[in-house]
Amino acid sequence: MSNPQQLRYSKEHEWLTAAEDGVATVGITEHAANALGDVVFVQLPAVGDTVTAGDSCGELESTKSVSDLYAPVTGEVTAVNEDVVEDPSLVNSAPFEGGWLFKVRVTDEPGDLLSADEYTAFTAG
Amino acid sequence: MSSTDSAALRRTALDALHRSLGATMTDFAGWDMPLRYGSERDEHVAVRTRAGLFDLSHMGEITVTGPQAAELLNHALVGDIASVGVGRARYTMICREDGGILDDLIVYRLAGTEYLVVANASNAQVVLDALVERSAGFDAEVRDDRDAYALIAVQGPESPGILKSLTDADLDGLKYYAGLPGTVAGVPALIARTGYTGEDGFELFVKPEHAVELWQALTEAGSPVGLVPCGLSCRDTLRLEAGMPLYGHELTTELTPFDAGLGRVVKFGKEGDFVGRAALAEAAVRAEQNPPRVLVGLVAEGRRVPRAGYSVVAGGEVIGEVTSGAPSPTLGKPIAMAYVDAAHSAPGTAGVGVDIRGSHEPYEVVSLPFYKRQK
Repeated sequence: MSNPQQLRYSKEHEWLTAAEDGVATVGITEHAANALGDVVFVQLPAVGDTVTAGDSCGELESTKSVSDLYAPVTGEVTAVNEDVVEDPSLVNSAPFEGGWLFKVRVTDEPGDLLSADEYTAFTAG
Repeated sequence: MSSTDSAALRRTALDALHRSLGATMTDFAGWDMPLRYGSERDEHVAVRTRAGLFDLSHMGEITVTGPQAAELLNHALVGDIASVGVGRARYTMICREDGGILDDLIVYRLAGTEYLVVANASNAQVVLDALVERSAGFDAEVRDDRDAYALIAVQGPESPGILKSLTDADLDGLKYYAGLPGTVAGVPALIARTGYTGEDGFELFVKPEHAVELWQALTEAGSPVGLVPCGLSCRDTLRLEAGMPLYGHELTTELTPFDAGLGRVVKFGKEGDFVGRAALAEAAVRAEQNPPRVLVGLVAEGRRVPRAGYSVVAGGEVIGEVTSGAPSPTLGKPIAMAYVDAAHSAPGTAGVGVDIRGSHEPYEVVSLPFYKRQK
């Protein structure tokens, strides 16, 4: 699997686009989706919620387990992907595209976000 | 995403094959086993509608032979093993003196004086030790055959056709819970019509050195009709839908077969005394008159999945505990098995929920199983 070069990554396996007009799109990586297995339920933050980098802001249920969704940055949620709420398998089939989770107006970001190459090395270990 | 020390895990004879198929592996009772190859939901659906191929070589085989093999097993286990005909199999349990379940087992009678006992991987040593201890005074030998067999299962509606193309054995004459020696794809095998999926299917006990050859032959014969390799993840959802208990979840040493709703496996009418008889007789009466808790099925109205250990609630009170839970591919909803107070155990009981991380989600109480195949 390859991690898109234009994205940045958290150590909790979220990806993040470069902010456009201050708003970035967030999802989970293919590595995370594969580790979870078939995702059957997604609970996302609500539009207008403030999420805090490193804090849980939702959850992902798969056949075997439930996992927290962590916010990779701090900011206000401006949109959530209703398609993925309706069809959580998008997280598995298109984690970097149709399986995006929410958009956030970034007010702060942690210093330890990874580049694609750094994330690839991080998950290889 | 934990990185377990896989070097310490036992590997089956099919290990390299699983890795070449890209399996996600998992530590199961000290064995490195395939959890899934691709989507576990697709594997589940394949078994329900076509066929699935499983490596179950972690299961614990114990051979019991000798003139008093039947008497020993009648004494050591709760079932009437002496009454099992040659070529037939029986689902049974081994209990402690206090009635607590040590394991659930399938016992195959291979010959008049030879039985194959198949224990869960996690309990194989416990069962072996108990059988050896209980064999004192009987003219019978208990043999650890865990390394003597690989076990491959073919499950699903297409499995009879797949197997027929590879064997001359009389599969039409082989009933559910029967087993006969034969040859499959040129490999000597004990061919058993058993499984843990709720579908028709077969379990093939072979020598480990024949496992790869057999797996490949089954794959070749089955692929055209939709057979896919399947991991333990879908095995768990398949057995859950079929209402089959799993040791460590629905069955524990804290429970008797009667507490688990499986009192029918205990045969008080058989010849001779057996380990646990007195305690089990009391447990039978208790379960009849004043059951502490009852095993029920729960079907979610929402989409959040109940997990083992979650509390079952009604009117703000805890009334039970989930023992197994998963999203059901067949029902399209989360399902669970749970022990609940008898007062809330009737199918259709209103106001029952599961505490899912602090939120009380509504659940419907149903009778088990969730799924029964059309015959």
